[in-house]
Amino acid sequence: MVVFEKPKSLTDAEFHYCPGCTHGIIHRLVAEAIDATGCEGNAVGVAPVGCAVMAYNYFACDMVEAAHGRAPAVATGLKRAMPDHVIFTYQGDGDLASIGMAETVHAAARNENITVIFVNNAIYGMTGGQMAPTSLPGQVTQTSPYGRDVKTAGYPVKVCEILSQLDGPEFIARVAVNNVKNVRNAKKIIQKAFENQIAGKGFSLVEVVSSCPTNWGMTPVKALEWVEDKMIPYYPLGVYKDRSAKEAE
Amino acid sequence: MSEKVLMKGNEAIAEAAIRAGCRHYFGYPITPQTELAAYMAKRMPKIDGVFLQAESEIAAINMVYGVSSAGLRVMTSSSSPGVSLKQEGISYIAGSDLPALIVNVERGGPGLGGIQPSQSDYYQATKGGGHGDYHLIVLTPASVQEMADLTALAFDLSDKYRVPAMLLADGTIGQMMEPVELPEESCSKVEKPWAVTGTKMQRKHNIVNSLYLVPEELERTNMERFERYAEIEKNEVRYEEFMTEDADVCVVAFGIAARVSKNAVVAARKEGIKAGLIRPITVWPFPKQPVADIAPRVKGFVSVELSMGQMIDDIRLACGCSKPVSLCNRVGGMIPTPDEVLDAIRKMNGGLA
Repeated sequence: MVVFEKPKSLTDAEFHYCPGCTHGIIHRLVAEAIDATGCEGNAVGVAPVGCAVMAYNYFACDMVEAAHGRAPAVATGLKRAMPDHVIFTYQGDGDLASIGMAETVHAAARNENITVIFVNNAIYGMTGGQMAPTSLPGQVTQTSPYGRDVKTAGYPVKVCEILSQLDGPEFIARVAVNNVKNVRNAKKIIQKAFENQIAGKGFSLVEVVSSCPTNWGMTPVKALEWVEDKMIPYYPLGVYKDRSAKEAE
Repeated sequence: MSEKVLMKGNEAIAEAAIRAGCRHYFGYPITPQTELAAYMAKRMPKIDGVFLQAESEIAAINMVYGVSSAGLRVMTSSSSPGVSLKQEGISYIAGSDLPALIVNVERGGPGLGGIQPSQSDYYQATKGGGHGDYHLIVLTPASVQEMADLTALAFDLSDKYRVPAMLLADGTIGQMMEPVELPEESCSKVEKPWAVTGTKMQRKHNIVNSLYLVPEELERTNMERFERYAEIEKNEVRYEEFMTEDADVCVVAFGIAARVSKNAVVAARKEGIKAGLIRPITVWPFPKQPVADIAPRVKGFVSVELSMGQMIDDIRLACGCSKPVSLCNRVGGMIPTPDEVLDAIRKMNGGLA
């Protein structure tokens, strides 16, 4: 009996991610959700610009590579063209919360029936560690070498808190993958975000608080501790909006 | 054969697109192409089509990218400042070898410019516009009838060559009403095995993408694309010649400028000047050969443009600078009068250079 195997919706391509990066875990969780809902043959994923740019090589379903930040608009086109297909985006913090903020907010406001996986590791990874819209106050990055000074660089963007204020979206939640308990919860929530779409409920976004040992300049273990000690207090985990659950109350 | 109806140019594009099987339209409000979006907003819901007013021109062109990835006919429309915003998406569409129709009902620029007609996006449309080596198939309607006909043609050519097409119109043709015979219903005649329609677990996954980190691969995709461009240059050049057989002066003009120029050519003939007109219908590919062929027989060319002189470069290149090329132009929303063009013809006939 097979008790553990690679999700079917991942290809055999080897991930290019750095040692200790949590993209691998999140890819797996997304693939497990696709497997669990049985939608692989009907799914189209939209890859971002950033560390996950080559996600199109890793997911076994049909894939589209979008311009930086535009994944929700591309996904909107795909969904409007093929309403019966399962359309998801996989985006980082620079992509979704900086350059793609307009596309994100408006896809949510339209309650576009898509699933958005938002990986927040508080830094631009692919370009070598610049300050992200989600970098914490005081966080040292290549472009905030003295620490993010909120007086000049402003405050981090809390995506779930912003989007959950809108009437549009169906489901907004924040999870983390820094320990087993959180990974198991993230798996459940990500699967729900796919199930929502299949049930025709509308826009579901899952923010995954993630780590970047390479650009944070930490060991993988230290990075996970930093997620627990610094990131999660600033970005509290939980379900921020669940319209169907609320209506069922 | 359908009967003629009276329509605005912008509406003719919209109806022709629907008849060509386009069921997805994404736009953002901007003058002077508003009627097109309004027409789509009215019609699409009645025919199970999609009209979506996007949050920006950037979002609209990326929605186009999404629908085209799924293999369906799709379009967006805008006017000059909005088309500038779309350039990123257009480059991605070109780089991913996707068909699509982009309509630019041009207005004067640069910057916010004005809302009156212009042809000053010629360079943007024909020389790239966005980043990277690519071309669009660029069609320039000179009547409401051509707004309809060239829309249908644009979809066909775009599908055939997997190259995005642009209808480069101007505010005059967009706004004016003329009788038009609408094209017959049609649809894409091209198989799209590359489309991301879901693997159905029966094939390897399709990927729509313009990223190639291995330089040899990126070079190869560019080379392959330019082989297709060469085919387009060979097969798809379209133009009209008017009184050119014995012409001493050759006017070159497209769109609204060509209509004004035609009057001027007739007026010139009345005073004994042998003038003629080459009207490019495609400006990419540019009708190089007709210009090259007539060059030895004429005293010179007059480029009539609603810009500071952009197409004039293509005329010079096409004739190898073998003959003088003068510019007769108005900008900022102004249109040259037939008299102004006639004057330019007279000067060229008298021996400019």
